[in-house]
Amino acid sequence: MSTATAPAPTAPRPTQQARSARRFPWTDVIATVAAFVLAFLVGAILMIVSDTDVRSKFTYFFARPSDALVASADKVGGAYGALIAGSVGGYGPITETTAQAAPLICAGLGVALAFRAGLFNIGAQGQAILGSIFAAYVGFSWHLPPGIHLLVAVLAGIVGGAVWGGLVGWLKAGAGAHEVIVTIMLNYVAAGLLDYLLTTTVFQRPGRTDPISPIVDFSATFPRLVGGQLHLGFLLAILAAVLVWWLLERSTTGFAIRAVGANPHAAATAGMSVARTTVITMAVAGALAGLAGVQAALGPSASGLPVPLSAGIVGSIGFDAITVALLGRSTPLGTVLAGLLFGALHAGGLAMQSVAQTPLTLTTALQALIVLFVAAPALVTRLVPFVRTRKARASGPVPEGGLSS
Amino acid sequence: MTTAPTAAGPDHGADPAAPPATGLALRGITKRFGSLVANSAIDLDIVPGQIHCLLGENGAGKSTLMNVLYGLLSPDEGQIFVDGSPVVIRNPKEAIADGIGMVHQHFMLVEVFTVAENLVLGREGGIGLSMRRARRTVRELSERYRFDVDPDAKVEDLPVGVQQRVEILKALANDARFLIFDEPTAVLTPQEIDELMDVMRALRDEGKAVVFITHKLREVREIADTITVIRRGAVVGTADPTESEARLAELMVGRAVNLVVDKQPARPSAEPRLRLQGVSVADAGGHVVVDDLDLDVHGGEIVCVAGVQGNGQSELADALLGTLPLTTGSITLDGKTISGRTPKEIIDAGLGYVPEDRQHDGFVGSFTVAENLVLNSYDQAPFAHGVRLDLGRIRDNADDRVGEFDIRTQTIDTPVSSLSGGNQQKVVLARELSRPLAALVASQPTRGVDVGAIEFLHSRLVGERDRGTAVLIVSTELDEVAALADRVAVMYRGRIVGVVPPDTSREALGLMMAGVPVDEALAAAPRNSEPATSPAPTTSPEPVEGQR
Repeated sequence: MSTATAPAPTAPRPTQQARSARRFPWTDVIATVAAFVLAFLVGAILMIVSDTDVRSKFTYFFARPSDALVASADKVGGAYGALIAGSVGGYGPITETTAQAAPLICAGLGVALAFRAGLFNIGAQGQAILGSIFAAYVGFSWHLPPGIHLLVAVLAGIVGGAVWGGLVGWLKAGAGAHEVIVTIMLNYVAAGLLDYLLTTTVFQRPGRTDPISPIVDFSATFPRLVGGQLHLGFLLAILAAVLVWWLLERSTTGFAIRAVGANPHAAATAGMSVARTTVITMAVAGALAGLAGVQAALGPSASGLPVPLSAGIVGSIGFDAITVALLGRSTPLGTVLAGLLFGALHAGGLAMQSVAQTPLTLTTALQALIVLFVAAPALVTRLVPFVRTRKARASGPVPEGGLSS
Repeated sequence: MTTAPTAAGPDHGADPAAPPATGLALRGITKRFGSLVANSAIDLDIVPGQIHCLLGENGAGKSTLMNVLYGLLSPDEGQIFVDGSPVVIRNPKEAIADGIGMVHQHFMLVEVFTVAENLVLGREGGIGLSMRRARRTVRELSERYRFDVDPDAKVEDLPVGVQQRVEILKALANDARFLIFDEPTAVLTPQEIDELMDVMRALRDEGKAVVFITHKLREVREIADTITVIRRGAVVGTADPTESEARLAELMVGRAVNLVVDKQPARPSAEPRLRLQGVSVADAGGHVVVDDLDLDVHGGEIVCVAGVQGNGQSELADALLGTLPLTTGSITLDGKTISGRTPKEIIDAGLGYVPEDRQHDGFVGSFTVAENLVLNSYDQAPFAHGVRLDLGRIRDNADDRVGEFDIRTQTIDTPVSSLSGGNQQKVVLARELSRPLAALVASQPTRGVDVGAIEFLHSRLVGERDRGTAVLIVSTELDEVAALADRVAVMYRGRIVGVVPPDTSREALGLMMAGVPVDEALAAAPRNSEPATSPAPTTSPEPVEGQR
């Protein structure tokens, strides 16, 4: 056979070490940290500009620059000091950060998982609302034994989110509906559904005319660690992240999800069912977002008491989740870290407002800036020279699969 | 190393110094990408009135060199001379100003615009467009070079070969004196290739310098005045067009290459293993593209479906895999009906499938070599236990396949998108051939693959045949058909025109590919005839331009 003539200029046989050396995404890490730093710099400028006191000192900057500089440093230092103290400055703040982060992580995972399948899940908000409705309903109306009650309530919430997400997958796979449109619309439907349910006798608290439900039983509320805000929900969030990692990296289902996300044509040619994978992915993504709703419904209040279901129960978790997933480059670990960061910003923002009289909106601006810089790696690369030499590889599937389309 | 083609061999000793007074000269062009040296100290002279072939395998650095010349890349070292004076080319605009024109492999045309509109594109100048002048330019140039292009035809309505001429027109309208053709024949049918050759000769005769980048030896020998061979980023020599194909291949690959597929006569099984009966397929628009087609493929034989691109071969392959439904008919594999099943069921029933467009359908570019090697078996033992992937087995499998198929990759964790075309195809073939098959369907198995890899891929396909698999190959390359087939089924407008032995003359095959019935084609161009004795076009019921 002709191959015998080949002198076999072989590919270097991979060594065990080379084989197992998974590339650590240093470029991503550096770019993310750089985006973070840049956001805080811009945030500092915003603070200085928006503070009348400090601004007035700049009017005579050239006569006495020290006044303006000291005032600026005080202002910025005070605000960021409060932000840090309120998020990681001790046991209390740290547990507050975890409590804030838990739902963000769960919903972020829901968005990230969908990203990996090439689906842009804008519907974490609606899925979370459904999760909170299901969980709260079981929580305040079923009165089961301790332990079992919590378990059933959590599962109900997960099912609620999974149904809401799976519906999207089914519509896309079956009818070709675009998931972005469907999820956005289902967000409105979910919010409307919650508003409506809170006026029905099943959900509205007896004797109340405003839209609020009975308070969830103690037996269905996440138990928390003494002296802080850390509760079981955070553990569930971490567990969910590990499960998503396993699903994506170690399971056949995840293999199909990643293949469909990266090249649906090749996946279909290899015999994978793109439709089935889409439905499964959206159902699991919905379940994760539903778990975020569970966190909102069954997580204890700051004072440690169970909460009722109300119209604003999930806040803007589902939308923040998109940011979290984007910041976390659609990986489970990244999402956990991004969720913790945003949790810290939420927790620290409250402290910043009360201690340093900096408006809470600044934390929102900071979040937005971080995302802006993360989403625009070219900008960061230009602003931070040392990243340039290492940019090389494109980041995760977020930009290519999600944003550009 | 200028006008006179010297004997093959490194030519660095000759003084590379003085660039000629007319023409384009490259001196010591070096381009690095990180640690990879894509071009290493390349000297090249491009002389007006000559067709200069740049021959080299995929990844040898031909395209890089031309992108440097066209201002798309800037060289790390070296100098470009136009008519003896040094120039710096920073972007395509400057290249055009220097008289350099590029005909890209993938056309840069706006499909919904007319030919004249495409010509105006990018040269709008003021507010008013002079469409009249553009039309006149098209007509004049078209006449001068015998292009036969209608200025008012929409580009999307034109056959590929004519679209390519529009690309050439664009360059000529810019007064290009040096025309670079980057792998221009990859997208053309045999007839269109002949027409392109005529166009290139006409350009040469008008005093243009033509650079023809290719890795196809037949074309090079047919048309080149000068041949420069590039291997691994360096010029390894120049050759005379009269050199044998084997010698050119050896220069290009760096070792002796066996151009003839080494195979024993087929020993087909008594019963067909893959059987198509009355198969019809409609495309997305409802047009019948495969029309009541019957074909049997026995175990242990290779049947090649030959035909001009777009005669239903792609849809036939899709239908075999189950990604396109049959409107009528049935397909059976070892007696079991596979039509109407899902691709997964068909794959599991023992159909191997090498898609036509491997980038699009063959692999997931961002997946690693190891992952792509189990793309259609990842959910079965031994690679999966229930829903759990066995990464160890997947990696062991990858190590074995990489060795067995000589896949040149840094590690098995390298994304397949960073492999060369030939190695990507080896990944696809390795995946398909590593499981027990009843039938293998391979579309354009060596398209865009370099000579060294073609030899290997062909031998593996024959090897699969000898294991008793029914092999169906869809190819538009007659060389490939002749080399591999035990029987040739010529397809035209969704039907099999006839099934003929592989030693049928190219002329007869060409006529059948244009729809001439098998008897007439064989009568007009008898078997084993000497090349090109006027292939009697009068018998053709279809004018050549009718085949699209």
